[in-house]
Amino acid sequence: MTQRGETQSKAKSTDDSAAPGFSQPGANDVSGVQDDWVAQTLKTSPAISITTDILPSDSAMGIEAPPLPTEQLLEMYRGALTIRLMEESLLAAAEEGKIGGAMHTAIGHEANAIGAAFALRPGDYITCTYRGHHHGLAWGMDPGRAIAEVMGRADGFAKGKGGSMHFVSPEHGLMGANGIVGAQAPHAAGLALASWLRGEDRVAITFFGDGAFYQGVMHETFNIAAKWKLPLIFYCENNRYSEMTPIWRTSSIDDIYLFPRSYGMASMQIDGNDVEVVHAAVSQAAARARAGEGPTFIEGITYRLAGHMAGDLETYRPQAEIEMQKAYEPLTVLRQKLRARGVEETQIAAINEEVDESMDEAVAFAEGSPWPDPAEAYRDVYT
Amino acid sequence: MRRTTYIQAINEALREEMRRDENVFLIGEDVGHYGGLFRVTRNLLDEFGEKRVLDTPISEQAFVGMALGAAMVGMRPIVELMYMDFTLVAADQIFNQIAKYAYMTGGLLNIPLVIRGQQGGGKRYGSQHSQSVESLYAHFPGIKVVAPATPYDAKGLLKSVIRDDNPVAFLEHKMLYFTRGDAPPPDEEHLIPIGKAEVKREGSDLTIATFSYCLLQALEGAATLHEKYGIDCEIVDLRTIEPLDTETIWESVAKTGRLLAVHESYAMCGIGAELVARAYEEVPHLLRAPARRVGMAPVSIPVSRALEEEVLPWKEEIIATVLEMERE
Repeated sequence: MTQRGETQSKAKSTDDSAAPGFSQPGANDVSGVQDDWVAQTLKTSPAISITTDILPSDSAMGIEAPPLPTEQLLEMYRGALTIRLMEESLLAAAEEGKIGGAMHTAIGHEANAIGAAFALRPGDYITCTYRGHHHGLAWGMDPGRAIAEVMGRADGFAKGKGGSMHFVSPEHGLMGANGIVGAQAPHAAGLALASWLRGEDRVAITFFGDGAFYQGVMHETFNIAAKWKLPLIFYCENNRYSEMTPIWRTSSIDDIYLFPRSYGMASMQIDGNDVEVVHAAVSQAAARARAGEGPTFIEGITYRLAGHMAGDLETYRPQAEIEMQKAYEPLTVLRQKLRARGVEETQIAAINEEVDESMDEAVAFAEGSPWPDPAEAYRDVYT
Repeated sequence: MRRTTYIQAINEALREEMRRDENVFLIGEDVGHYGGLFRVTRNLLDEFGEKRVLDTPISEQAFVGMALGAAMVGMRPIVELMYMDFTLVAADQIFNQIAKYAYMTGGLLNIPLVIRGQQGGGKRYGSQHSQSVESLYAHFPGIKVVAPATPYDAKGLLKSVIRDDNPVAFLEHKMLYFTRGDAPPPDEEHLIPIGKAEVKREGSDLTIATFSYCLLQALEGAATLHEKYGIDCEIVDLRTIEPLDTETIWESVAKTGRLLAVHESYAMCGIGAELVARAYEEVPHLLRAPARRVGMAPVSIPVSRALEEEVLPWKEEIIATVLEMERE
């Protein structure tokens, strides 16, 4: 069987008749369960591979993404760059042996978190996977304390007990990153349930990867969320690799976003590297959720530029693929947008410098943070 | 004193706590319109409506995980597992998530959640619907484990459990459901503290530490031992497995000098193994004979009445073991 990833076909190509099993979204019949909004989404969705195809940075797939104010884009750029620099600092620290265990960075995923965070409100809830540093920062966690947590220091958000895989900050709505793939989805559904039971208008969003899509608990959660019309957003950051294996090797379906429609759920596939597109998609999904219209599934196509985890040998993908993807990565896209708005290079450079400096301070803060008191190990088992 | 069945006592506790606190809600399979497979949640839907009594699809991982999510923000979900055996279906959510959540978040979140349902053998449900899971729960720090044997205790403990700010597994037993016993008047602030054992029969020769349906078997066994052999057993009902009230047990052993732990889950790595080990660690000077334990035979639970009765550690096995110990 011909697999798309092997042919390296160009994105937007609809000529995949040679690839058995790959449906064409535009030709898909979703009769019966979809409302007009979804039908419209579907109609405007170009066929795009979920394998290693290049994703055009300007493709707002299936949705209209109104331009955001330049001031907000600048803030988004600052946020995305903060994530990028923190992740790079963490990778460097891991190489120096300052970080133990498994650490998964989100380099290349930044726009998914930033676009979504700017689209939601204070009081909304989020859960995510162990690749969750970007969500932590996007939702407002202090980078110094975040790094301290990864390093297991006393000033970490969870006093060093959670580490990289368990970012949590309830004051910012982040109710927990999770070390078990897919386990966080029902938690978000439960948070959405709490909002619904209390008659609040809070929305919950849960982030997961393409690999998590195949966990049984995800599908259990899709069904209940859709049936109960929970105010919930399922956001799949499809970076096209489930850990070290390209998704096309293990997935029996081509376009993940089509599948949740079987549960009667609205869904869309978007460019997850474009903050404006992510912002628009999550805004639409949140509006639906707050209006009592139930959950939305968003598949954000993105790409992980670093390894699955610190120390990943990355034998499963060619360097050329990574280089190719760099043209479409979130920071490059954001800078292009800013330049197109007439933002001066000096202004971008100034932000770069500021973020760089504050990241140095954050790392210094974390490294200066004391180890937790050994007695801390015995606290918090029970309340 | 008024008498109720075990089921009625639990139903009353649920109703009273749902009236008392609007954050309390029920979630599980067939708990609403049907009223629970064993009718434990009967009529609660009528009073509280579909937002407080939620019928789920057969998706244990999802609804247990959702209960956790809701508990993170102060809701007090009570999850019914139709059979406690289904703990294994939802094991990731229970042991990897619920038990660890407060700890992994450094105490930023606490999880006021109850997982309740019936377990145990005796009704010929076979290998996947008759197991006892208390030692599984007790193995993981972060979940309290409660297993009452009487309607009185069931009501008082369930009310305490619902008000507790931690996750608790509340283990009922299918053989206890239709037993009757003293019950306090409804709507009373009848609370039995978690973590307190109780002496259910006084005696001077030997201490039997047990809980749940085995308590009834031990009481019957003790009556026989007294009548036929003149042996006077003291029976301590643990009521709570985690945290374990060893103080009450050691007080009894100080009197009798002999300890027999009895439970329905496997002897291997069971609560009996734990109790016997702790007795030798903490109070070896009190033991005048080797401490022993009785548990399920190391086989899956068979359906046939003849076979099931063979492997369950009930009255006859308790009597035989006590007689052996008395000879030592």
